[in-house]
Amino acid sequence: MRINYNFAFFDESSKREIRRAILKAIAIPGYQVPFASREMPIARGWGTGGLQLTLSLVGKEDILKVMDQGSDESVNAVNIKKLITKTTGIKVTHDTGEASIIQSRHRIPEIPLQEGQILVLQVPLPEPLRYYEPSEYETKKLHAEQEYSGAWLMLFEQIMNYGNMATGADHPVMVHGRYVMAPSPIPRFDNPKLNRSKALILFGAGREKKVYALPPYTQVVSLAFDDYPFEVESFHNKCCRLCGATGVYLDEFIDEGTGATGATTYQCNDMGFCLHNLNQKSR
Amino acid sequence: MDEFEQPVLSVKNLRKQYGDGCANCKDRQAERLIRNYCPVCGTVYACQDINLDVYEGEILGVVGESGSGKSTLMSCLYFDQNVSGGGAYISSYHNGQRNLFTESSQQKRYIRNYLLGKVYQNPVLGLKINFSAIGNIAEKLIAAGDRRVEQMEARGKELLEHVNIPVYRIKEAPKNFSGGMQQRVQIAKALSNNPPLLLLDEVTTGLDLSVQASVLDLIKTIQRELKISILIVSHDLAVIRMLADRTVVMLEGRIVEQGLTDQILEDPQQAYTQELVHSLL
Amino acid sequence: MGYVAVKGGTIAIEESIKRLTYERLKQGKVIDVDRIEAGMRCLIDQVMSESSLYSESLAATAIKQAEGNPEEAVFLMRAYRSTLPRKHYSRIVRSEDMVVERRISACFKDIPGGQILGAAFDYTQRLLDFELNEETDEDAIIWLHEYALESGAENDHTVLDGLPKVLDYLREEGLLAACEDNDTEPDDVTKESIQFPTSRSQRLQILTRGQTGAVTSLGYAALRSYGALHPTVGELRIGNLPVYVDNPFTEENEDENAYYIGAIKVTEVESLFPVCKQMKHGEKEIEFGIGYGICYGQNETKAIAMSILDHCLETGNPEYPTHNEEFVLLHIDSVESTGFISHLKLPHYVTFQSELDSVRKSKKGGKSKERESVEEPRHEN
Repeated sequence: MRINYNFAFFDESSKREIRRAILKAIAIPGYQVPFASREMPIARGWGTGGLQLTLSLVGKEDILKVMDQGSDESVNAVNIKKLITKTTGIKVTHDTGEASIIQSRHRIPEIPLQEGQILVLQVPLPEPLRYYEPSEYETKKLHAEQEYSGAWLMLFEQIMNYGNMATGADHPVMVHGRYVMAPSPIPRFDNPKLNRSKALILFGAGREKKVYALPPYTQVVSLAFDDYPFEVESFHNKCCRLCGATGVYLDEFIDEGTGATGATTYQCNDMGFCLHNLNQKSR
Repeated sequence: MDEFEQPVLSVKNLRKQYGDGCANCKDRQAERLIRNYCPVCGTVYACQDINLDVYEGEILGVVGESGSGKSTLMSCLYFDQNVSGGGAYISSYHNGQRNLFTESSQQKRYIRNYLLGKVYQNPVLGLKINFSAIGNIAEKLIAAGDRRVEQMEARGKELLEHVNIPVYRIKEAPKNFSGGMQQRVQIAKALSNNPPLLLLDEVTTGLDLSVQASVLDLIKTIQRELKISILIVSHDLAVIRMLADRTVVMLEGRIVEQGLTDQILEDPQQAYTQELVHSLL
Repeated sequence: MGYVAVKGGTIAIEESIKRLTYERLKQGKVIDVDRIEAGMRCLIDQVMSESSLYSESLAATAIKQAEGNPEEAVFLMRAYRSTLPRKHYSRIVRSEDMVVERRISACFKDIPGGQILGAAFDYTQRLLDFELNEETDEDAIIWLHEYALESGAENDHTVLDGLPKVLDYLREEGLLAACEDNDTEPDDVTKESIQFPTSRSQRLQILTRGQTGAVTSLGYAALRSYGALHPTVGELRIGNLPVYVDNPFTEENEDENAYYIGAIKVTEVESLFPVCKQMKHGEKEIEFGIGYGICYGQNETKAIAMSILDHCLETGNPEYPTHNEEFVLLHIDSVESTGFISHLKLPHYVTFQSELDSVRKSKKGGKSKERESVEEPRHEN
């Protein structure tokens, strides 16, 4: 028994169902739209939410970029790309500028996104209030009533305990002055890129069965206090050891070459961006 | 000058029943009920046509035995339960013209956050027991729109100091505190947004006597300093005598007597109130 | 020539997949899919039940590909299920119409229609049978022949469909509240995600798709202490249910126009729980409440555990996590739980770097000197 899979894996009615959820999400920026998340050939928690969005949107003309934690070549990115190209035959790229759809886990590319592009972010935990309130039924009410004290209270507690807001990635944001939203575990460094983004940004949580969206040019503000402003990760006085870039998100390396002392060096986390720089220089 | 002083809180015909009622009990005629309970369908009429007013700066006491409906009244006023009928009006909300119970849940949230404070008998209900004491104060302030950490921290410290929580313990979670301390944190939390009206539900029940005395003392002091209006519910006439300017006596879901506290204690009119007062002596 | 990305990831993945194939084939033997179907009946039943896709042959392929790992096999089946357009819903299937193969009741010794033990491991001694090492296909054929002669199955005309339900007997006596037919269209959890509070149809679907081990564990917890329940199995029946679909070309859906599309084997359990009922005039009565469990294939423990959890979720006692629908329903799905746990194997470089930054900052004692706050618009509240 041999079976040919449909273009982009899903049957057409499933794709339409997902697109309807996406349209609703775009219509209500930052609101988590429940959708009947399909079981995928990759594992729940490995990007099934993002993958479903990408597959429901992709057409034959699209050019796709997939990155995982900044890298186009990490095993999971490769795996997702393989599945998509296997079922669609579309072109893939490393170049952010060339891509029409970019699926990413936990990073927004360093090269600014443009109008007409779609960024699909994979989301493990879509509920920004989950730590404060474990019940889904209750958090739904909190969103409906715009009761977000809990989100700020979590930050306040961090300031009391650690002297500063201690969120790692996934620092919550306020969308269009209405919904508090989990931006997915992108580093705080990437939060400002969400604000008034030229590209459409979609968020897919497969296991938790939620889709949400930031239509282009939506106002997105990272939660903070008047006297404790939002801060991004600091890479002050540090640059990429390969391309020399500054003001970008850097990965930290312990240089094995320098012996036991292990001097720390840095390298662009966004590999596509780093390559782009290197190629510009060598030209 | 207004001819009549407008009450801070006005409750009109508040009703709360548990159960759907049936042909036997729907008129709530006393002879068909056993106390406030319908023997046919099991419906309980917890609050029946409650009318009361709380004026600015006064402490109104509600006294009654357990099952008299006084705690139900309190939870209805704080929207912890939905009423079966009737209304409540707060002077600082749309000039007392809107029935709070028919407002949207978003508006009720606003009223709770900005216009009310409540202290529960069980501190677990009023506190985020795992968050720090100062975080608990901040929660109420954040809900009321504050976004300045230093100011909230200062206000929290001031309030917690006021209720005698040592400064070195304010970042601790109330789950580590004694019952009396938890109750004091709850009072500080309820006061933090300067609500025009504070609801106190059996706040000293379950505390030992010396702690009780200090909590009562605290309430008295706070009321005098902040000129806040308080509605306090207790089964304990001693508490009412110490705090309340006026008192309402509840029995089986109804108000049976009300008046100045002294008057009620000196010269109770109703048989039940007489019994209650005598048991105190 | 410019710089290109190191294709490390792609090559590594390809090698890893080769390694996986090697592990499957390294002894130079492969297992036939029809042998899996013939000899791994219980595993097939488990996989079909957890994947909510009824096909023995697909399950056998999945088991072969997964090298017998049920979690992986279920994963494959579920992913395949997503690609299938759903063209028809079946007519209502009634378990009274089951052609029964096994049927027991713990309530009564004698039940109308009789107890039918059928095939079960329950009555075997669990001694490893080393003779199985020598068993051949010929042995099987000889055994089957002898069994046919001995049991006289061909001349046995016992009616096995339309057997009465044990619970109907209790209903007639008024010990069990009569349940009315509920004809509301069930929700389909695979087409619309569940919202809390859930409907009963949603709960039953999530439970029947649940991972066998997870359903069993939570059912056990409710039975042992977190719920203090002790149900009695009113009836456990296993057998084949005929499935019909309406004729898609006619509007009148008469029984005779429906198409028979095959039969599915299921395990159905109806458990009884004593419950207190408030009567008129303040009186109380004890009567029986029901817990319902049903699974594809022969999955007896799972079906019983499901009936316990169904009852727990109907009761919703806030004291116990096993009665909390979010706790139970959001955590028992095989694909969801194994997926999220295994995602911890993915790289978390970026998020970890971000945490590192926060930890370092807090070690430095509060506010960083070199603050890089970003200009962002203030929101208005």
